[in-house]
Amino acid sequence: MTRPEAPTPELEALFHDLILDHYRRPRNKGELAGATARGAVVNPTCGDEIAVEVVVDGDVVRAVRFTGRGCSISQASASMMTSAAAGRTREELRDTADLFGAMLRGDTIDADLLGDLRALGGVSRFPARVPCALMAWRALEAAMARADGD
Amino acid sequence: MSPTRSKVGGAMAATSRDVAARGTASSHRADFPLLVANPSLHYLDSAATSQKPSVVLDAMRSYYEHDNANPHRGAYALSVRATERYHEARRAIARFVGLADSDCLIFTRGTTEALNLVATAWGRANVKRGDEVVVTAMEHHANFVPWQQLALAVDAQLHIVPLTSDGRIDQERLASLLSAKTRIVAFPHVSNALGTINPVREIAALVRQHTDALVVCDGAQGVPHLPVAFDTLGIDFYAFSGHKMCGPMGIGALLGKRTLLETMPPYQMGGDMIEIVGDFATTWNVLPHKFEAGTPNVADAVGLAAAVAYLEGIGMAEVARHERALTALADGRLRAMAGVVIHGPRAEQRSGVVSFTVEGIHPHDLATVLDGRGVCIRAGHHCAQPLMRRLDVAATARASFYVYNDEGDVDALCEGVLAAQQLFGDDAA
Repeated sequence: MTRPEAPTPELEALFHDLILDHYRRPRNKGELAGATARGAVVNPTCGDEIAVEVVVDGDVVRAVRFTGRGCSISQASASMMTSAAAGRTREELRDTADLFGAMLRGDTIDADLLGDLRALGGVSRFPARVPCALMAWRALEAAMARADGD
Repeated sequence: MSPTRSKVGGAMAATSRDVAARGTASSHRADFPLLVANPSLHYLDSAATSQKPSVVLDAMRSYYEHDNANPHRGAYALSVRATERYHEARRAIARFVGLADSDCLIFTRGTTEALNLVATAWGRANVKRGDEVVVTAMEHHANFVPWQQLALAVDAQLHIVPLTSDGRIDQERLASLLSAKTRIVAFPHVSNALGTINPVREIAALVRQHTDALVVCDGAQGVPHLPVAFDTLGIDFYAFSGHKMCGPMGIGALLGKRTLLETMPPYQMGGDMIEIVGDFATTWNVLPHKFEAGTPNVADAVGLAAAVAYLEGIGMAEVARHERALTALADGRLRAMAGVVIHGPRAEQRSGVVSFTVEGIHPHDLATVLDGRGVCIRAGHHCAQPLMRRLDVAATARASFYVYNDEGDVDALCEGVLAAQQLFGDDAA
C-alpha cells in the first residue's frame, strides 16, 4: 500500500496538537466529590455521552469535572471547557459559551478572549462535528441550570 | 473504469495482483450521474442510501412530463394513464420480490412506515396483555421501537433474542423464547450494522414449529442486495425501502399475506382507502387501497420500478456476487492492519457490509479523516443501540458496498484508515 498523502490544512487544524493532547490526557476527568449539580447530554447520532458535575458557590463555579466517552473533539472540548470554567462566575461562563458558539458557527470573533479554546476553531469547517464540540458546554449549561435551583 | 479517476491509482495498480481482488471491477459507475460528476468520490455508505442511476431519474421526470394526474379518479384519459403507471409499477416490483398477488404489495414511505403499519394496525388489534413479542438484538430501531412500544402500550412482554459471539441470531435461544403466548416474531433479513445474512426460511420454519405467531421480516438490507422470493419464505410480512436499492427516497413497500391484510384494520384513514363513508360508519376499499390512504406517491413508485428494472438488468445474483467479492477484499485488507477489529460473522456470511473499529480512534474521527480523502463511510450506532450495547462499543465505522463500487474504493478506504492511524499517532496502533 502506498504511503497516505499528508492531511489537508483543514484536517490539521481540526486535529490540532493541543486537541490531541487533551484527548490523550484529558484534564478534570472523573467524578467530582461534593458536586452540587450535574448535567448530562447524549449525541443521538452517535450515542456519545458527556456528564458534567460542578461545585457552585454563590455566583462562582469552584470546580468542574466531566465523565463520559466520545470522539477526540467531544473529549478534548470537555477537557478544555473544564479547564476554562473553574473559578469563573456564571456571567463569565455564559459570555465564554456564547463566544465559543459563535466561533464554531464560523462568525468573526475576538478569539484571543477564548484562550486555549481557540484551538477548537478548526471545527467550524466541519459542520458535522460542531455538535461534538458543543456537548460539554451543553452539559455545563444543564448543570448550571440545576445549580440555579439551589 | 479508468484508474485515473482515483487519487490512489498507484495503489490500485499495486494491488491488482491480489487474488481476492478478481471480479471486483465495476462497469456500473457510469450509470450514476452523482458519481460521474464526482470522479474522486468513494461512496461507501450504500447501506444508508444508494446513489441513483439516470434511468431512475429519467423515469420520474418522464412520468411528470407525460403522465402526471391524480390516479384512481378516472374521469379523463390522463388520470387513467397515471393510474396505469402506478399499477404497472406495483406489478413490476411485486414480481421482483417474488410476490405473485401484487395487491398484497402496499406502498409505504419506506421500511419504517411499513413496520409501523404492522405494529399499529395488526399489533393493536391482536396483541393483548400477557402476550409476548420477540425481536432480536440486531434490530435496526425501525424493527425494534415499534414492537417495544406496542408491548408497553398493551402490557405485553418483549423478549430480545441474544446473538452468537460472531453476531448471528442464536436460534437455540430464539426457540427457548417461543411459546403459545408469542404473538409476533420480528427479525431482519440482513443486519444493517453487521451485514449478517439471516436464514429467513429456516428461522420462519423454527418459529412455526413452536407457535403460530406472526413472522415479520425487516428486508431493508435484503431486497437491495440479495434475490428475494417472498412467497417461498414462509413469513407473514416483509418490509423494504426503495432508496437503498437505486430508487428514490420516500417510497418502499410492505408485502403481506392476503388473509392478514384483509382481516386487520386499516392504518391511516382518508381518501382512496374507503368504500362507503356513511355519517357514522365507513367501510374499507379492497387491497391494496385499504392501506394507501391519500393521494399515492406515483412518481416514486415509477422510479422504484425503474430501479427494479435496472437491478434485473444486472441480475441480483451478480449484484450479490460483486458485493461479496468487495466485502471479502476489504475484510481481508482491514483485518491485516494492526489495531483494526471487524465486528460480525465471517465475510461469507455477510452482505456488502464491513463494520469495524480502530484502536485509539473514535469512528467519528476516522470518518472525518476519510471524508477529507473523499471516502464516505457511516460512523455511529447505525440506529442499532441495543446491538452496540451488546458489542460494548458506543459506535463503529461501517463501509458498505454496492454495484458501483470497485477495488479502488477499497484501496481508498484502507489508505484512509492508515492515514488516520498516522494522524492520531501514539493513540493508534
